[in-house]
Amino acid sequence: MKSRGMIVVMVGVLALISLTWLSAPAAAAEPFVIGGIFSATGPQSYLGDPEKKTMEMLAAEINAKGGIKGTPLKVIIEDDEGDSTKARLHAEKLVHKDKVLAIVGPSLTPTSMTVLEVTQKAKVPLISCAAAVQITSPADQRQYVFKTAQTDQMAVARIFSYLKGKGITKVAILTMTNSFGDAGMKQLTGQAPGAGMEVVAKETFGEKDTDMTPQLTSIKGKNPQAVICWGTGPAPALVAKNMKQLGMKMPLAQSHGAASQKFIELAGDAADGILMPAGKLTIYKLLPDNDPQKAVCKAYDEKYQAKYNKPASSFGGYAYDAMGMLVLALEKAGADREKIREALEQTKNYAGVSGVFNMSPEDHNGLAPDAFVIVKIAGNAFALAD
Amino acid sequence: MTRLLLNPWLLFAAGVLLVPQAVTNQYYFTLLNIIGIHTILVVGLNLLMGYAGQISLGHAAFFGLGAYTSGILTAAGVVNPWLALLLGLVVSGSAAFLIGIPVLKLRGYYLAMATLGFGVIIFIVLVQGHRFTGGPSGLHGIPSLSLGGFPLDTPFRLYFLVWTCVGLLLAFSANLVDSRVGRALRALHDSETAAQSLAVHTARLKLQIFVLSALYASLAGSLYAHTLNFIAPSSFDIMFSIKLVTMVVVGGMASIWGSLLGAATLTVLPEFLAFFQEFEVVIYGAILMVVMIFLPRGLVRGLMDLWERRHRLTEGGTTPG
Amino acid sequence: MVGDNRRRPPLSCRRRPYLRPGPEGHAITVDNFGPLLQYLVSGLTNGAIYALIALGFGIIYNATTIINFAQGEMVMLGALCAISLYQLYPSLPLAFVGGVALVTVAGLLLERLALRPARDVSPITLIIITVGGAVFIKGLAMSFWGKEAYTLPPFSGSTPLHLGPATMMPQNLWVLGVGALVVALLEAFFRLTLAGKAMRACAYNQRAARLVGIPASRMVQFSFGLSAALGAAGGILIAPLTLGVYDMGTMLGLKGFCAAILGGLGSSLGGVLGGLLLGVAESLASGLISSGYRDAVAFFILLVVLFWRPQGLVGGRG
Repeated sequence: MKSRGMIVVMVGVLALISLTWLSAPAAAAEPFVIGGIFSATGPQSYLGDPEKKTMEMLAAEINAKGGIKGTPLKVIIEDDEGDSTKARLHAEKLVHKDKVLAIVGPSLTPTSMTVLEVTQKAKVPLISCAAAVQITSPADQRQYVFKTAQTDQMAVARIFSYLKGKGITKVAILTMTNSFGDAGMKQLTGQAPGAGMEVVAKETFGEKDTDMTPQLTSIKGKNPQAVICWGTGPAPALVAKNMKQLGMKMPLAQSHGAASQKFIELAGDAADGILMPAGKLTIYKLLPDNDPQKAVCKAYDEKYQAKYNKPASSFGGYAYDAMGMLVLALEKAGADREKIREALEQTKNYAGVSGVFNMSPEDHNGLAPDAFVIVKIAGNAFALAD
Repeated sequence: MTRLLLNPWLLFAAGVLLVPQAVTNQYYFTLLNIIGIHTILVVGLNLLMGYAGQISLGHAAFFGLGAYTSGILTAAGVVNPWLALLLGLVVSGSAAFLIGIPVLKLRGYYLAMATLGFGVIIFIVLVQGHRFTGGPSGLHGIPSLSLGGFPLDTPFRLYFLVWTCVGLLLAFSANLVDSRVGRALRALHDSETAAQSLAVHTARLKLQIFVLSALYASLAGSLYAHTLNFIAPSSFDIMFSIKLVTMVVVGGMASIWGSLLGAATLTVLPEFLAFFQEFEVVIYGAILMVVMIFLPRGLVRGLMDLWERRHRLTEGGTTPG
Repeated sequence: MVGDNRRRPPLSCRRRPYLRPGPEGHAITVDNFGPLLQYLVSGLTNGAIYALIALGFGIIYNATTIINFAQGEMVMLGALCAISLYQLYPSLPLAFVGGVALVTVAGLLLERLALRPARDVSPITLIIITVGGAVFIKGLAMSFWGKEAYTLPPFSGSTPLHLGPATMMPQNLWVLGVGALVVALLEAFFRLTLAGKAMRACAYNQRAARLVGIPASRMVQFSFGLSAALGAAGGILIAPLTLGVYDMGTMLGLKGFCAAILGGLGSSLGGVLGGLLLGVAESLASGLISSGYRDAVAFFILLVVLFWRPQGLVGGRG
């Protein structure tokens, strides 16, 4: 009886493992094979989904044009569901089974941190779409890791200097308890003294919370001159709604994680007057024609709109820039991971959706604070605030 | 002779030793290591659920306590990883003991709810304890284990450690449920009152099994931390606890080998369902439902039943009835 | 129901001494009476959402003794169906009725296709089937509606109502009002009608119920339809407050489950009490202690309540 059970188990386990073997062995080394890992489903799918779609769109476009210098591009995209165990497995699969030349993604800080353990060891270039500083620093331990998302450090610096200019020195911060909000909270509290800001209240909310009035009531009691909310997804829109409900009239600043047309739609009439540090994609139509990013933002937005029938988001923009630079590196270096890494590191003056990239061995993000503009929502649209 | 060859433990050992002959790719070793870690968790939970009849929807908390104790102490470089692993066991064991005394007085869904509450509390502490845990962004820089100066820093090297642990724990669990304790457990599972009348100290027995399964989870957690070299709270949330319960039931309640198959199935399934992209989740849900509808006693028993029925059918021609 | 609302404040006053020793020391003075009232109002209105979801758990439990983990997904389906219907034809009453009807069908289908064919009716097997059902429904919703959030306009405007120093949205009144109505109807149904009594009989002992001629499987089917309808109604009511997104159901379902257990499974009144208590505990924890530890404090309180009353507030049957 028992041994028969054992046979069932062993056969089962072996069958399961061999099933993963069957799934498409890597094709002969002809095309350039690159990988993507995004949180396309799961709680943070609003980040990963546009990234995945962008990468698929670009791959199709490149191949339709005859590939990179005649070599077709093969893109293998995995979905980590925002789970670091899955992200790790996918990274191992892409690196060791599919033998990719480089990986774009993951979408989140924790998943990026676990994936870079693999890529750094295997010497595979990784271009992360997550925001936190520790993804690309310390530089001497991240030779193979790049990232295209603006660092929250810059967003915080930008918003503080804007508020300071308006004579505001007492702020309350309300951050989301995910990696994005957490990184924002660290930057906000860390930079406040240097920027001459006093943080009078520090509250948090969960990604799936449906009511933030208790936190805001407590913030209201501390009389800040402005509230800064740091989060992604739909919840920041609820913060705006709840502030309106409580009759809180002080300015509300959201993070770049909320800067999208969707936010305005979700927050409705509570959106008016909200400030945000935003990538230029959000307001590219308002940019002067000589701005180097205007053309690239316009091209991206129009292509994405045409293919998926919704506006492009700055999250998708991270994947757009990653692919853009990676394709240039592939043109220059060919199918050689080490040379691709070098080419990526030498990227200079690359005008992308998220900013103008100037990579160097010390800086694998390559963006300057002017990648952000401060925008204000007025009449259901973004306008430049400064 | 066939009897000897069919000895499950020999087969298991042979399987563990033969796999590296067939597999060379690092990816599969990582996959196998994760399966092994999940198996340890599921066997522990199965002792509690399948044998003692108590449910826990907070098992991810013990997994997390083990992982974070190992992670925090070794990333800071204060403690030898093996000592950290032991400390993790102490932390999780004491937590299980302290929470178990009041919680195990509850029954059924109320017990499920209380353990879920405990899981939420531990999860929040991991998220909020920035200074030690790194908060939601996670804790990085966890070193790999090493054994007497030999670093276990590749999935291949770690494979042997993980699967030795799996083998030992499976054997220990199988012996436990065949022992006097196991019989007492089954009595407890069927009827607590009857067990009490047979002089089984039910409260103490429940607590002991609860602590034991927490220790399994803690060990799995430490191994997990050293396998990924990085941990984040999202791996230890309520959803993971529910997933573990699902693994137990899919593999088969009160089935030691079922735990292995349940863990393997639900770990590997998403890997090759990835082919279906967007529909992966839908198909995963559908498979889960179909398995439970048609094989309600879990994969191992269910497949064996099917096999036996076919056997009987083929013999049915000659023997009446 | 309304009476219960009035009884809440004294209860929380009793709880206050536990909450007081926060870092800043919140003594109750005239100055912070306003915030305190706001915490209570927020807690009660948010708790009413949990209560509505908890009721759905109670109904299925009453007929089958299982916990339907897909209940949260019914809430999500309700919200998203109503939003889509509203986009097709902008009429809130029609969207409401249509959403509830569609989800009721989904609930019946879940029972017919996934639970009825099950060869074994041990609760744990059925519960895992509902877990699979939840994953399945969520996956379908993701493919159909995508990953973005959607809004539904509030039923009666978005001008906040003022209760002294505290405010609430008109939509909150809808949630509270419909919640109260549903509880009253459910209590009446389970206590006064034959069908309701038959359903409760099924929960006590299905075989005995069958022996006295109760069509048990019909009752189970009915309970799934009813609880899906209720979940959908809840989802539509809260959509203007919380937005509608494909993965909203999981968290709400868990909170509703906690509320149902806390109140005492199978009791409508218990579900409501549990939901309100959970809401108020969360709100007070986040306002007075720490928003980061909100859930931890709320669940700690729930654990204490459970140890004090192991069968839930309104003693159900374990």
